[in-house]
Amino acid sequence: MTQYIIRKILVAFPTLLLISVLIFAVLALAPGDPLAQFALNPAIPASTRNRIREQFGLDKPWYVRYYKWASSMTQGEWGYSFSSKSPVINIVMQRIPQTLQVVGISYLIAILIAIPIGVISAVKQYTFFDQLATFLSFIGGALPSFFTGLSFMLIFAIHFKWFPIVYSTTLEIKDFATFKHAINQMVLPVLVLVVQQTASLTRFMRSSMLDNLPLDYVRTARAKGLNDTAVIVRHVVVNSIIPVITLVALGIPGIFAGAIITENLFRVNGLGQLLVTSIQSSDTPVVMALSFIFSILVVIFNVIADIMYGVFDPRVKYN
Amino acid sequence: MRTISSWKRAAALLAAALLLPLLVACGGAAAPAAEPTAAAEAPAAEPTAAPEATAVPEPTAEPAAPAGDPKSLKILYWQAPTVLNPHVSSGTKDFDAATVILEPFAHYNQNDELVAYLAEEIPTIENGGVAKDGTSVTWKLKKGVKWSDGSDFTADDVIFTWKYASDPKTAATTVSNYNTIKDITAVDANTVTITWITPTPNPYGSFVGFSGMVLQKKQFENCIGEKALTDAACQAANLAPIGTNAYMLKEFKPGDTVTYVKNPAYRGADKTAFDTVEIKGGGDATTAGNAVCQTGEADYAWNLQVPKAALEPILAGGKCQPIAGGSFGVERIVVNFSNPDAALGKKRSEPDQPHPFLTNPKVRQAINMAIDRAAIVENLYGPTGVANCNILVVPEAVNSKNTKCDRDIEGAKKLMDEAGFPEKDGVRAGADGKPLTLYFQTSINTLRQGEQAIIKSNLAELGIAVSLKAVDAGVFFSGDVGIDDTLNKMYVDIQMYTNGPDGVDSQAYLEGWTCGKVNSAENKWNGGNDGRYCNKDYDALFAQYKAEFDTAKRTALAIQLNDLLVSDNAVIPLVNRRTPNAIINGLTGPTYNTFDSGLWNIDSWHK
Repeated sequence: MTQYIIRKILVAFPTLLLISVLIFAVLALAPGDPLAQFALNPAIPASTRNRIREQFGLDKPWYVRYYKWASSMTQGEWGYSFSSKSPVINIVMQRIPQTLQVVGISYLIAILIAIPIGVISAVKQYTFFDQLATFLSFIGGALPSFFTGLSFMLIFAIHFKWFPIVYSTTLEIKDFATFKHAINQMVLPVLVLVVQQTASLTRFMRSSMLDNLPLDYVRTARAKGLNDTAVIVRHVVVNSIIPVITLVALGIPGIFAGAIITENLFRVNGLGQLLVTSIQSSDTPVVMALSFIFSILVVIFNVIADIMYGVFDPRVKYN
Repeated sequence: MRTISSWKRAAALLAAALLLPLLVACGGAAAPAAEPTAAAEAPAAEPTAAPEATAVPEPTAEPAAPAGDPKSLKILYWQAPTVLNPHVSSGTKDFDAATVILEPFAHYNQNDELVAYLAEEIPTIENGGVAKDGTSVTWKLKKGVKWSDGSDFTADDVIFTWKYASDPKTAATTVSNYNTIKDITAVDANTVTITWITPTPNPYGSFVGFSGMVLQKKQFENCIGEKALTDAACQAANLAPIGTNAYMLKEFKPGDTVTYVKNPAYRGADKTAFDTVEIKGGGDATTAGNAVCQTGEADYAWNLQVPKAALEPILAGGKCQPIAGGSFGVERIVVNFSNPDAALGKKRSEPDQPHPFLTNPKVRQAINMAIDRAAIVENLYGPTGVANCNILVVPEAVNSKNTKCDRDIEGAKKLMDEAGFPEKDGVRAGADGKPLTLYFQTSINTLRQGEQAIIKSNLAELGIAVSLKAVDAGVFFSGDVGIDDTLNKMYVDIQMYTNGPDGVDSQAYLEGWTCGKVNSAENKWNGGNDGRYCNKDYDALFAQYKAEFDTAKRTALAIQLNDLLVSDNAVIPLVNRRTPNAIINGLTGPTYNTFDSGLWNIDSWHK
């Protein structure tokens, strides 16, 4: 096992290197300019813009810039953001809590809802409950988050005025009222994300259950005289949850990537919002940092998922 | 037995995997109350996943949001401030967020008049502040002004700001406002004399408006030159400048929220209305408008530039007033005088390649007459735009009254016939028999695509076929020489965008139609004259304008320059765009503003 992990980690290094070169090249070749906002302003002459470009190092070819970026990266230096002129790492650290709070909570809720629904749907296949769950999860999976987000906002915030539109990131929880507000402002963005994530997880859990239900060991368990609940919970669910756990583990880096559209819509200052605004303003150092962190997490959680397979499934051996 | 133990293990590992991110968050320090809510929230929020949840918070939950609080001001910007030092800013959002903390000598008000801020009075030729020959200006500064750290504001800070912003290595975005200065001398601690490198007719080019904010010498002393962006202490200072205005910084989350509190050292601190001011950035204009006009969560929403169809329901919420006025710039069609034909290769759109038919003044006139400005304003802009024939509309004094641009499709058709482009089956063609087609580009924006559609149908009526193209704004407005889709290269026949002068003085703006500014490969398409318009009469008139120092004569010449461009159809103005901000009922103070920040007078806002 240890050997396997070491091997995986060694392979990860060239993978990450390749990923970083690819992202950097794509960003460098993509059109856009961090100074585009000023292009039309006669008060900012071309010479100033060129001077700022030089200051940012944008006058150099992309491979020179990549080399500089990579060598400072190895020293733990992430560079500074073009738009806020401050260290990238500070900006990223500032964003992580909100993303984990909103996206993480919705992921947790989605798992807690999706697994029981998936199990019941499979056990009571083709009943009204199953049909309804299937119908809703198709709808949830098919609706894009900008649509559900705007509709929820229109219905629950603008029409009923139950929840706020604007997510306040400076809210300090001092008393019950501010605590209530903190919960209130989280409801809509979390709801949007839960709808989407629950939909796919439910389907996955259901099909995994359906794969296991007709197998021989289930019949054996029933033949032993175990009651239905025991058969399902102790035998079928445990076996069917293995692939779902992998899916959940692989989805965790996605939490760190934030929810681009939902965060932007509700003004949650998470990593997803940071990524999209940085791409829009061609803020290469920030985009690089975010995509690189994301790549590292994907590699790490892939290894974790592999290990978990070994732990849960006695048939899998890594030697 | 085996299954049970592995089930427990599974549960434990699953829980560990899920909690890991939360633990990381705790380790990541700056998590204000992230963990306790996370723990308490999970079970509580769960039932709400079903939209029909019974545990519904009553509308009274709203007061929990401190928006209705008369002591706090909440401002929404759909672009988020990223830096608070205006001299290294990257856009209006940053200038505006800095305005709350820092002050220039004087701000422009909604009528484009100067209002003294750090200055005691506005220098003029009459009061002897401005030298008659235009070589210098002397500003008397208010006495007893203090920085929010308690130290005195003096002439040294002014001299420092000039040195900081004018150093080319600082790469300040405001450099052109300061590199015209030869020297600044402190007559005494509260009087400065600015001497210009060349005599200038505009004495208010430096230390005025959003580009004129004065930095504290003590804080930025070591930040002149490259260190302005690379030094850690300077980076921190860029995010937290010390200022002299009514509010000072409490907390800044770049790209998200700026929170300000009262500045106790402010000269009128007893009159400061709000305990806290917050600028929240991000999201989009439509929901920002809703948050003010429909739910009342915020007090002020900046620049609701959304199509009329989206704006009207927002304003119908009734909780707000729109303020639209001044000018955000003139939406115009730029006509390419050079030939953008791709077959020309590297010679494409070069100034020595005349356009096959747009160089014909009658064709340009006909296009101008065919466009239905009224329909564009009525259907798309609503309160946020006015049909307009002038290319120079602000300040009001230079807005020419000599121009007309009513739609006249029959007259336009006649002109095209006269120009030698007869119509056959609704299509016009020149002597070579090739049908007239125009390639028309603009940036991607709902409003602009609406305009493109209207103009396309207008010109189809005239017999000119139009192919439309929409380019991402980040690309279209970028000066990137590696891309062909920028407005600078203009590899199309006509293009549309908004622009306007950057200050009350229109010289730099009007220079954008002179022969010397024509974009070409030689100047990396950076001249500023993207239409490649070159007219000796215009250049002669501009030279006369540039040399004139008398305000009244300059105004008359500026109008003449505008009239020449408009009558020659060098460029086709369409709409004067207003900046519509939404203000909640009960908030007084905000005004529209053309040449300055919308928050210019935030020190006097109150509820």
